[in-house]
Amino acid sequence: MLTSSRPLLAASLGLFLAGLAPGLTAAQEPSAAPPAGVETHIGLIYRTQPAPASYDAEAVPEDEGVAGGRMAVRDNNTTGRFTKQTYALDEVALTSEQGTEAAVTAARNLAAKGIRYLVLALPAAEVLAVSDAVKAEGVTVFNTAAPDDVLRAAECRANVFHVIPSRAMQTDALAQFFRLMRWTKMFLIVGPNEPDRLYAEAFKNSAKKFSLKISAEKPWTFGPLARARGDTPTRAEAMVFTRGLDYELAIVADEANDWGDYVPFRTVDPRPVAGTQGLIATTWHPTLETWGAAQAQNRFRRLAGRLMRPLDYQVWAAIRTVGEAATQKKTADPAVLVPYFKDPAFGLPAYKGVSLSYRPWDQQLRQPIVVAQAKAMVSVAPEQGFIHQRTPLDTLGVDQPETACKLR
Amino acid sequence: MSRKIAGIGFAALAGLALDASGPAEAYMVYVTNEKGNSVSVIDSATLAVTGTWKTGRRPRGVTTSKDGKELFVCASDDDRIDVLDTATGKILRSLRSGPDPEQFILGPDGNPLYVANEDDSQVTVIDIEKNKVLAEIPVGVEPEGMGLSPDGKILVNTSETTNMAHFIDTATHQIIDNVLVDARPRFAEFTTDGKLLWVSAEVGGTISVIDVASRKVIKKITFKIPAVTDEAIQPVGVRITKDGSKAFVALGPANRVAVVNAKTYEVEKYLPVGQRVWQLAFTPDQKLLFSTNGTSNDVSVIDVEAGKVVKSIPVGLLPWGVAVSPN
Repeated sequence: MLTSSRPLLAASLGLFLAGLAPGLTAAQEPSAAPPAGVETHIGLIYRTQPAPASYDAEAVPEDEGVAGGRMAVRDNNTTGRFTKQTYALDEVALTSEQGTEAAVTAARNLAAKGIRYLVLALPAAEVLAVSDAVKAEGVTVFNTAAPDDVLRAAECRANVFHVIPSRAMQTDALAQFFRLMRWTKMFLIVGPNEPDRLYAEAFKNSAKKFSLKISAEKPWTFGPLARARGDTPTRAEAMVFTRGLDYELAIVADEANDWGDYVPFRTVDPRPVAGTQGLIATTWHPTLETWGAAQAQNRFRRLAGRLMRPLDYQVWAAIRTVGEAATQKKTADPAVLVPYFKDPAFGLPAYKGVSLSYRPWDQQLRQPIVVAQAKAMVSVAPEQGFIHQRTPLDTLGVDQPETACKLR
Repeated sequence: MSRKIAGIGFAALAGLALDASGPAEAYMVYVTNEKGNSVSVIDSATLAVTGTWKTGRRPRGVTTSKDGKELFVCASDDDRIDVLDTATGKILRSLRSGPDPEQFILGPDGNPLYVANEDDSQVTVIDIEKNKVLAEIPVGVEPEGMGLSPDGKILVNTSETTNMAHFIDTATHQIIDNVLVDARPRFAEFTTDGKLLWVSAEVGGTISVIDVASRKVIKKITFKIPAVTDEAIQPVGVRITKDGSKAFVALGPANRVAVVNAKTYEVEKYLPVGQRVWQLAFTPDQKLLFSTNGTSNDVSVIDVEAGKVVKSIPVGLLPWGVAVSPN
């Protein structure tokens, strides 16, 4: 299903124009008719969420990610008025039933239409399949949804830039905070899925890096209890399996959100919970308002009618990467922009107080990471005191000397 | 009545160097408290808070009328500008500012008011007497900084996400030029002779000095503070002395105000102030400079001549902007 955000954009520009005071000349207005041929199309392939259950307090919105992309294109166009650059978003929504082949076909179609910047909100295997399929056409891919470290290591690709922080960055952010708080004994609970195993592995590496101890580890074997209804009989064994362990903090590895939220306040000993639920590491949070984030939150809410989510922010940052580089270089030509993304001179202001930039060794976006509980920001990593010869941001994730990435 | 006495008392206490001719003039210093929904009023002679006035929600930009009788406050979350009576502290009326007003600047004749609408990518020009919108000028994403040339002919707006200084002809309300600066430009300040414009870049960490005639960046000023990471150096407010000799730059979470030689562009020193310092304002005699320190909820007072911080004054929650009465 190929959709386009153009009608939406046109409608909102129309509103904008209608609000102008009379007497203003056309010269100041957003260029309704840009010079032909300079419009930069950015592709976005994402997968719609299956319909939620009859009642789901936090159902994933249908436009998750896409709404962030629409805001970014608007932001690019507002700036583009002054640089005579215009942008359009070509959205492709895949259903959850459609396989990798559909994603590859969609990408090929976009490439055939001349698209050279492609944003993917897809899992790791599809990021690889798509980026390899369109490499020959010179398409640059932005990965906004796959945190897999392997994409930044053995399976890294020269035409893929990673906006979403790797798992290593996410768990390093938490580990730095625990180190700061001197909470050092961790009980790791690992879910049944492969991403959970990978998250646990990343957490173990972070623990080593920041001198934390995994004092206990157990698999979660009680099913998706966080999704259970209130009248479901309580699984007693799930409540007692934390008995007799020596730990300060329970770390849950549950990327599917199946059971992690079941754990807080159900451990035998009173212990805080962190990891994929409880205290989390994220790129964006409803309570983030400093560094101009309040403006982005408001702008997004007006546009999408809901709160901005991490995936919205990641897609926004990917598209703003193109816009920001194009403003600086005064062209949208990939031959100029793609090398510039990795140039030390490139910086993306993105409501984090510092410029974000891409690590040249694995093309991962370096960024501060928000450490938050459901209702409040708790901290922002890198924490004070963690220093690095280049930038404190490089204390999060895999550094240049350790990288296994050979860009090709 | 007690102002003069109090002034002398404070001077003796703090060891402030005062003119032999007498005590410092007493001006009123107005500080907007972004999360306090209020204005704190400070007497510049006693350096004491003399009042706290209620405003609309999220007060940020602040300025006084030319005669000092009215105070204009951007009530960002109420999409209006409150006009307060400086004699009573009461809201007299509210102006139609357009959505989310953040900063503004008053024309040299005291009217109109040029307003940056942060959430709406435009600058609104308001006739403050008729409470009428004269023009809306589309600019970049998240407009904030507002500078006006001393003759009032050129308005400059900086847009934080577009990263440009937009030069606007105030006679025609047309954009004349757009100058790309570093990331997240927050503030624009003309020199008194109108020849140069200083633009701060919060995330870029720099000041761009722009030649107004050619609209070229002629100098980029950078900052380096021992034991402070480069990321924490985030320039926001800029004030230049009337004689064009010195500039003061608020450096955000670096918790310093830089003193810059405005002729050579060398940074002379860094003054330690409160936390997350954003906006600055001189007293009209330019003896004192006040800085708003957002996270420490206070205002630092700088002796301009001595280049020293002489006092910090607790104000409301999250102080944002500061303006000083003209008399």
